[in-house]
Amino acid sequence: MSRRLFVPGDAGAVALGSDRLARALADALARRKADVEIVRNGSRGLYWLEPMVEVETAAGRIAYGPVTDADADSVLEAALAGSDKHPLYLGKPEDIPFLKNQTRLTFARCGVVDPRSLDDYRAHDGYKGLERALSMQPAAVVEEITQSGLRGRGGAGFPTGIKWKTVADTEAAQKYIVCNADEGDSGTFADRMIMEGDPFVLIEGMTIAGIAVGATQGYIYVRSEYPHAVTALNDAIAVARRAGMLGEKVAGSAHTFDLEVRVGAGAYVCGEETSLLDSLEGKRGVVRAKPPLPAHKGLFGKPTVINNVLSLATVPIILERGGAFYRDFGMGKSRGTMPIQLAGNVKYPGLYETAFGVTLGELVDDIGGGTRSGRPVRAVQVGGPLGAYFPRALFNVPFDYEAFAKADGLIGHGGIVVFDDTVDMARQARFAMEFCAIESCGKCTPCRVGSTRGVEVIDKIIANRDRAANTVLLEDLCNTMKFGSLCALGGFTPYPVMSALTHFPEDFGAPPRLEAAE
Amino acid sequence: MASYAPWDAELARSIIVDKRSMPGPLLPILHALQEEFGYIDREAEPLIASILNISRAEVHGVVTFYHDFRSVPPGRHVLKLCRAEACQSCGGDRLAARAEARVGVALGHTTADGRLSLEPVYCLGLCAVAPSAMLDGRVVGRLDERTLDGLLAEVER
Repeated sequence: MSRRLFVPGDAGAVALGSDRLARALADALARRKADVEIVRNGSRGLYWLEPMVEVETAAGRIAYGPVTDADADSVLEAALAGSDKHPLYLGKPEDIPFLKNQTRLTFARCGVVDPRSLDDYRAHDGYKGLERALSMQPAAVVEEITQSGLRGRGGAGFPTGIKWKTVADTEAAQKYIVCNADEGDSGTFADRMIMEGDPFVLIEGMTIAGIAVGATQGYIYVRSEYPHAVTALNDAIAVARRAGMLGEKVAGSAHTFDLEVRVGAGAYVCGEETSLLDSLEGKRGVVRAKPPLPAHKGLFGKPTVINNVLSLATVPIILERGGAFYRDFGMGKSRGTMPIQLAGNVKYPGLYETAFGVTLGELVDDIGGGTRSGRPVRAVQVGGPLGAYFPRALFNVPFDYEAFAKADGLIGHGGIVVFDDTVDMARQARFAMEFCAIESCGKCTPCRVGSTRGVEVIDKIIANRDRAANTVLLEDLCNTMKFGSLCALGGFTPYPVMSALTHFPEDFGAPPRLEAAE
Repeated sequence: MASYAPWDAELARSIIVDKRSMPGPLLPILHALQEEFGYIDREAEPLIASILNISRAEVHGVVTFYHDFRSVPPGRHVLKLCRAEACQSCGGDRLAARAEARVGVALGHTTADGRLSLEPVYCLGLCAVAPSAMLDGRVVGRLDERTLDGLLAEVER
């Protein structure tokens, strides 16, 4: 077998030139007539080192990075010799502290395996979860998920096992598994990484879900901004189908389960589960009132499990290792691990999977290394455009669903966007309202009208027109949106707005609070 | 640079008929039409409505709801600039303003000569390599003045 050289095909690495690099390496290999196969793996998630090239050696994989196409020849020379003399030599990737200190359960294979190879997936414990699930009663599979304490990783944090049980207990001739891959939150890219780097784990997770609740058809709704993920998933689904892992008699069992990828069309609100279902049905992505719950009346009116990519991609390891294994990580009611995404103006951006409980300050300062610009960190937004802005004074908050809620924020899908001291928080608050106005589905008034009025009121505050009265008005408007909106878009837009106003009043023309002056 | 077929009702009909039996076929049909023609011609709406047996208003509602679907053909090149928070934190606003000034149109518009459509996008999922952009489907990370100017020069050629 030829040696393998890994050049990430992850969109984040491609954005830094890894496609060009792969071509340059292929040319260099051809000139040398070297028996080396280039594998386009996913990313390990150490984006400041991308494109990170890895080579197989007798002592394990050795990494070099960040490699530009101009370095292709010299890196190849060093890599084939296993030399540590090259300036871009990084040693074993697993020994890089950023990676070494993580607990990779959901992301165990991401960046390691060839995302197009089912053999590679199996060689790294793939399909062991399904194997065990097939040896159990469907109800026991659901119970295993419940026992694991897994909560919805899309942001809402609803217990996955309860969702599954509701669907399993609902009688219907047809049920569906829908994967929400409409990862629209700025600062998040974990779903994209999994779909591009380890698509089979998502396929396996959805297959287990189908068998557990009695669903025979699944849909993955991927946003159109993720063309690389769509291709990776379609390729993997075709491979799985050919190998008998999808379709009739899945893995030789009596179960039928098949999958189809559907592509969104640039509507942020379709990440909300009920508008996603309407979109899948071919309608405008308008939010549905609940009840009925999707678990009772979901896609095409049938009982539907709708889960985020990360929730479903975590199912296989829970089945393989058992619910108790997963539950033993974490704190309080937040069990297991969370793939946290460090983004924006941060020195070490990337994917950091760790047990719940790590503090915001550790994530931003220690793991993230502060800002890329080298200026002081002033604010971080956690949980996407609907998440709160945190000042340094709140950096002791542990990453935990309940602790963040108590601090008037949310962990959402686990994205952290770092801002330095040049940020204008009044502008960020205005943007939150503006974004809500652009993306509102229009069904409920607090969101549709409130967001536009919100932009106007913030403009008046910034222009110092009746500032005190308009600040009270803004708080009142946020209150109306929070409690009067049908879904999280209008309901959570007040988080970034109010947190900016509360923690950074000086940007709105008011005297600074002590904590913000730190 | 993408090349599209000129609007052709018969070709459109065959695309629609081909996908009509899918469950929830409307989005896949619209994507296929836009891939073929570059936009959704107004004539496509009554055609889809009659083939799927839904109202024309319903089709129009869907076409106009989603940001992706265009009602007019795009420029020969499409440059999408991410305008979301992670890119803002790394100077995305400044780059967007620079692009608008260089090209002479605001985001969301096409140059008069039809060379370039400048479009905002709310997150390409490249937040770890922000600011990001996409030129004719090709992703670009850690965008700065130099690389932005390079992309714009590419479009000029």
